[in-house]
Parts: sequence; C-alpha cells; structure tokens
Amino acid sequence: MRYIEFEKIVETVESLSIAAGYELPPDVLLALQNTVKKEPDPKAAKILKQLIENANIASGEKIPLCQDTGLTVVFVEQGAGTAVKPPAEKPDATLPDAINEGVARGYDKGYLRKSIVADPLNKRINTGSNTPAVIHHTIAPGDKLKITVMAKGGGCENKSQFKMFNPTADAAQVRAWIVDVVKNAGADACPPFIVGVGIGGNFELSCLLSKKAICRDLNQKNNDPFYAGLEDDLLTKINTLGIGPQGLGGQTTALAVLIETAPCHIASLPVAVNIECHCHRQKSAVL
Amino acid sequence: MPPISEAQARSLKAGDEVAISGVIYTARDMAHKRLCAAIDAGERLPFELEGAIIYFVGPTPARPGKVIGAAGPTTSARMDAFSPKLIARGMRAMIGKGYRSSEVRESLKKYGAVHLSALGGAGALLSRHIVSAEIIAYGDLGAEAVRKLQVVDFPATVAYDSLGNSVYRER
Repeated sequence: MRYIEFEKIVETVESLSIAAGYELPPDVLLALQNTVKKEPDPKAAKILKQLIENANIASGEKIPLCQDTGLTVVFVEQGAGTAVKPPAEKPDATLPDAINEGVARGYDKGYLRKSIVADPLNKRINTGSNTPAVIHHTIAPGDKLKITVMAKGGGCENKSQFKMFNPTADAAQVRAWIVDVVKNAGADACPPFIVGVGIGGNFELSCLLSKKAICRDLNQKNNDPFYAGLEDDLLTKINTLGIGPQGLGGQTTALAVLIETAPCHIASLPVAVNIECHCHRQKSAVL
Repeated sequence: MPPISEAQARSLKAGDEVAISGVIYTARDMAHKRLCAAIDAGERLPFELEGAIIYFVGPTPARPGKVIGAAGPTTSARMDAFSPKLIARGMRAMIGKGYRSSEVRESLKKYGAVHLSALGGAGALLSRHIVSAEIIAYGDLGAEAVRKLQVVDFPATVAYDSLGNSVYRER
C-alpha cells in the first residue's frame, strides 16, 4: 500500500484550481487558433481572435479567464494500491476532505469567484469557499492517484439536457435531438461550445458520461468508428446552424463533439448533452 | 444628465457596435430580485434608474492594487422576469449575453431602451475597460452585490433595439 499525504492532495487541488482558472488548456487554445483560419465570417473571426487575446491576458496578467470560475468538479482515479494518510491532528480526514480543502484554498489564494450556495432553493447563502466540490471517485489499477479539476460555468451547465429515448430509436433521431439542444443553448451559453454527449448507462450515468466526455482531449475521437463518425457528423451539422461565436453568426458554433457510451437496459436509451462553453477550465495531476 | 437618454437609446440599431464610457451599475439574479421587491414595496432604490445602464455581471475578487477581477457578462435570459419593471422606470440599456423574452423586447419598444451583448467568456479582456468599482448596495451578496462601475470604451453590440429588431437568427 502506498500512502499519500493528505496535505499533498490539498496542495495539488489548490494549484490545479488556480491553474484551471487562469490557463486555457492547450488543445482548446489550438482549436480556437485553427477555427480563426477557417471561419469565413469576418465578425465571427474577430470574436475568435478576442477569445485568444482573452486567454493571453488571463495567463499573462493573472486575471481569471472568465468571471464565472465555476462549480468545481473533481474526477479522482485512485489506484487500488493507494491510501490517504490523514494528518495527525485530523485522524478521520478523508480524500473528499482533502479535495474540498484544496478547492477552498485555491479559490481564496487565486482570487477566484466563490459561486456555491449552501441551500439551493430556500436560503441560497454563499458558502464563501466554492465548496463543496462535486467529486467523482473511481478505483483504478496501480498505485497512482490521478486528480482532474474542472471549473464548470453555470451559464452553459444551465443549457445541458437529458432525454430518455425508446430503445428502437435510430441514430438520426438521437442526432437531431442533440443538434436541437445545441440550437436551444445558442447565444446564451457562450459558443463556440464543446459538446459532451453521454449515450447509454441509466438516468444518472448518461449525465456523468456527458461530463466525462468534455474532459477528453478535443483531438481525440471516440475509439469506436460508429461513434467517431457520429461525432464528426454532429460537429458538421452543428456548425451549419449559423449560431457562431457569441451567437452573432458564423460557422464556428462548436469546437468539438465528444461522445462517451455505456451499456444500458433493453427498455432504455438514455442520452445526455452537457454543454461546455469555449472557456473550458480543466487541469490534471498524477500523484 | 442621465448616462443615456431615451433619444440616444432609440437611435441605436441592432448590430451596431458601441463603446461605452461613463457610469454603469452591476446587478445579476439576486440583486434584480431585491430591486424589484424594493420597487413593489415603494422603497428608495440604491441608484437612479432613469437613464441607467445595468451590466449583468458578478466579477471575481480584485487582486490587491487592482480595481476588479474578471468581469464578463452572465446570461441575460435569467433577468427576463425582472427587466420589464426596471425598463418601465427609465433604465435605458442592459449589458449581458444571449436572448431576451418577447416581454422584454416589447418593453424596449414601448419605453425606448436597448439590450447590448458583451463578449461572453472573456472576463479578463473586458476587465481592462473598467477603471473603478465600488459596492453601493446588497454587499451581503458578495459577487452579486450592486456595484457602481466607471468604464472606458467598454465594447458591446446592440443585440435588441427599440424597433423590435434583433441581431440573432430566429430560433
């Protein structure tokens, strides 16, 4: 068993939270640079250039990329051969405690906006620390601990949708609905989007898959040629909607469509679409 | 003199690019709810609505020595339920992103006001146009407090004008 110090996890999550807030991932920056070259609409191309300029200002002057520094979503892949060593003064502290302490420190030291309210419907009082994070924990083989911190904006999350199809539905029906979800998100959710799609599993798993999908490198296609083809097809269709950057027209409505799948019940075909804005904030580390 | 007059607002056309210099006020979801509750209760508002420009934003905290942090627009549609009440009391412009309801668009026509779109997801870039910021109401709301901002050449596009035109394609 390999023990990982509690404080080491706190420090890692702290620095990942800050880095995510200030630095656009290289694959997203590259996708923006590539679309500038391809976008025929001059107004749309100008907006795309401003988004690249925004990324440069953010990393250079240490101003967050976006004022919505998100709800912190943390994916943890814990090697089966690892365990967290709690500090002597907090013998009951767990991995989620370390993650939340890291988020709180990162959002404080990084001058990031605290956007979480404790009670969703009744009191809506801000927790003041951007915690609790939403944590997805899986066990993997080996003795490493992989932590991915994503800062997910509220505006695009609000436009995400779920639908339960009949199991006899075909790809064309599913595709048409996904395009419709993107169309409905339109100018409200900060296009150009990264469109995460979860197909299969059950009610909650399809939603989780759609979020996992947006963690993927934008250049990485689904391993299954059928779903890779569906990704290409969807991207082409979405980019003919004419929404464009900021919804003001153009051919760049999405930078990528990423599909993740899972086996499902004979009665069901769940599909979830998680809309992510162009300002994708995500950083990973392996301990 | 109000920051923007009815005649000025009515002269703007959907698609026009504008650069705003002067005083604007920030308010997003909870501040809108409180402003409208204050109007309903007949209470005095924290700022003069006549001629006002309201920016839908909740900025990140300012670093020491800085005026403000990242400060880009939030989704305007969430303010649809509240905006008509403010437009009817003289607010002339809103800055946000995305679509507005038919009720808001009718209010823009009736009273002579506009909705402006600023670049979403570019809060670092837009913060450069803000030269001062001061919380003037609802400080308990933190990022959602009402701030008085002084802006210089703040860039925006007229998304909905007072003639019923929009810069967006019909959905």
